[in-house]
Amino acid sequence: MKVTEKDVTYVADLANLELSTDERTGMVRDLNSILDYIDRLNQLDTSDVEPMTQVSDRYRVDDSKHGTERFAYAYRDDVVEGLRKSLSQEAALANTPDADGTFFRVPKVIER
Amino acid sequence: MTLLTIDAARSAVQERKTTALALAETHYARIEKENGQIGAYLTLCKERALEQADRMDRMAAEGRPLPPLGGVPVGIKDVMSTRGVRTTAGSKILGHYIPPFDCTAVARLEAAGAVVLGKTNCDEFAMGSSNENSAFHPVHNPRDLTRVPGGSSGGSAAAVAADMAVVALGSDTGGSIRQPASFCGVVGLMPTYGRVSRYGLIAFASSLDHIGPLAKTVKDAAIVLRTIAGRDPMDSTSADLPVPDYVAELEKPVRGLRLGVAKEYFGEGLDDEVRHAVESAIDKLKNLGCEVVPVSLPHTPYAIPTYYLIATAEASANLARYDGVRYSYRASGVKSLSDMYRRSRDEGFGAEVKRRIMLGTYALSAGYYDAYYLKAQKVRTLLARDFEEAFRQVDAIITPTSPTAAFRLGEKSNDPLAMYLADIYTVTADLAGIPGISIPCGQTKEKLPIGLQILGKHFDEAAILRLAHAYEQVA
Repeated sequence: MKVTEKDVTYVADLANLELSTDERTGMVRDLNSILDYIDRLNQLDTSDVEPMTQVSDRYRVDDSKHGTERFAYAYRDDVVEGLRKSLSQEAALANTPDADGTFFRVPKVIER
Repeated sequence: MTLLTIDAARSAVQERKTTALALAETHYARIEKENGQIGAYLTLCKERALEQADRMDRMAAEGRPLPPLGGVPVGIKDVMSTRGVRTTAGSKILGHYIPPFDCTAVARLEAAGAVVLGKTNCDEFAMGSSNENSAFHPVHNPRDLTRVPGGSSGGSAAAVAADMAVVALGSDTGGSIRQPASFCGVVGLMPTYGRVSRYGLIAFASSLDHIGPLAKTVKDAAIVLRTIAGRDPMDSTSADLPVPDYVAELEKPVRGLRLGVAKEYFGEGLDDEVRHAVESAIDKLKNLGCEVVPVSLPHTPYAIPTYYLIATAEASANLARYDGVRYSYRASGVKSLSDMYRRSRDEGFGAEVKRRIMLGTYALSAGYYDAYYLKAQKVRTLLARDFEEAFRQVDAIITPTSPTAAFRLGEKSNDPLAMYLADIYTVTADLAGIPGISIPCGQTKEKLPIGLQILGKHFDEAAILRLAHAYEQVA
């Protein structure tokens, strides 16, 4: 599969990256080189193999259950501030470049 | 590198032969003198360190027993959040970020009396194998300043090797604790996935990230692991399993343990001097009564492409939060919301990070998901099965940590693929979720450290620590 400049533009849009022309050219070259190497995965027949979606699967997942019950080990009680205190508004706003004391301020969200 | 270990430091403070304050100050003096050349630290937190040191000194003065790391100076890789202390992940996009909370592993170290000196340098968002991708400055290997310390925990490895910390915390996603440990001549331990909480670790790839110690001795690594391991309700992937006393386990005999040697780790591309050093180490372990068994991990050649698809895909999702809104760098003069996102991220992220976000986004995009990401997840199962099979016959697997010793700064930085291939012996453990340790096993003709890697079964850190400790005594 060959990556084109059009692909790079499309993917950069998805990833919200404003790439310069030079960056775009470099990206076409790098992605092609890497994907070329990655192509060797197709040497393997994985038609009968399950994808490994959870590393922790092998330790605690209860395969006798179904759906989310399998992950019961990861559940917590639904208690307000059960695990720790919430951040104060002040702490939550402390790292933003623009706030009005209550909200994070950003450019207009709805443009029309 | 001196042999000031955790126990030596702590007992010196306990017995009032020195003070935690003096220890911290000695380390800060060394940092002041050498950090310009080595670049191990990005941020120092003297106020926090001296407050903790003072607390430990008062305990000692009152004759109260110090906790296990009482007064011990430590460095923390800058991908772990420290409340009130700038945390950058080696990136300009978090260049001014001050976390409002502590990473669990850091909190546990401090509860055990550790004196956090500062935040160590790393490749940006832990993406790299040489610490040349830090947005601030590279790290130089204390053993040879023209060479890389390895990455991405290059700062932590260099800090320990240069006596700028007694121990340090690092993170490992594709080899980022073990490989710099091997390049700098220190011990680096990556625990089993889920052994140590990832709460407060700035996420790179959530199914591959691990926190672990870099130390001067295997015992020190065991002490740190015992301190930071264990279930954390704030990280639902942290295992609800008891934490053994890893230190007590060290002295158990290694006679009779079966060691696997996989031919796939000794093939083409392995430097002769590294091969020789690792083979000598295996001989020494044989002399201690271990049995050496040839094994095969046949899917090893597919590990790198698998890793670079899964890690980048997960990274593209994890790094989507850096949008300029709440805590990350915001570009100036932005005209719209979209402009803010795109320009903040373009200006805030470095080249390697952008490359990986692009690769990951591409691999997950419509039309390519099955061919890339899903395929990689299936190959991951095959790689994990290779280890399961091998561990039916052996208790641990011995390999070189890296195909070469430390390379020179700039040598691989123009060829991303060449840099990725340096991870060949380390990525498999991250993919399978098994633990691995790197320990020094000699040096090249140019006096560069060589690392021996020991891989173990899930949650069997005790066995790999025991083997590493036994080897360390006869190395």
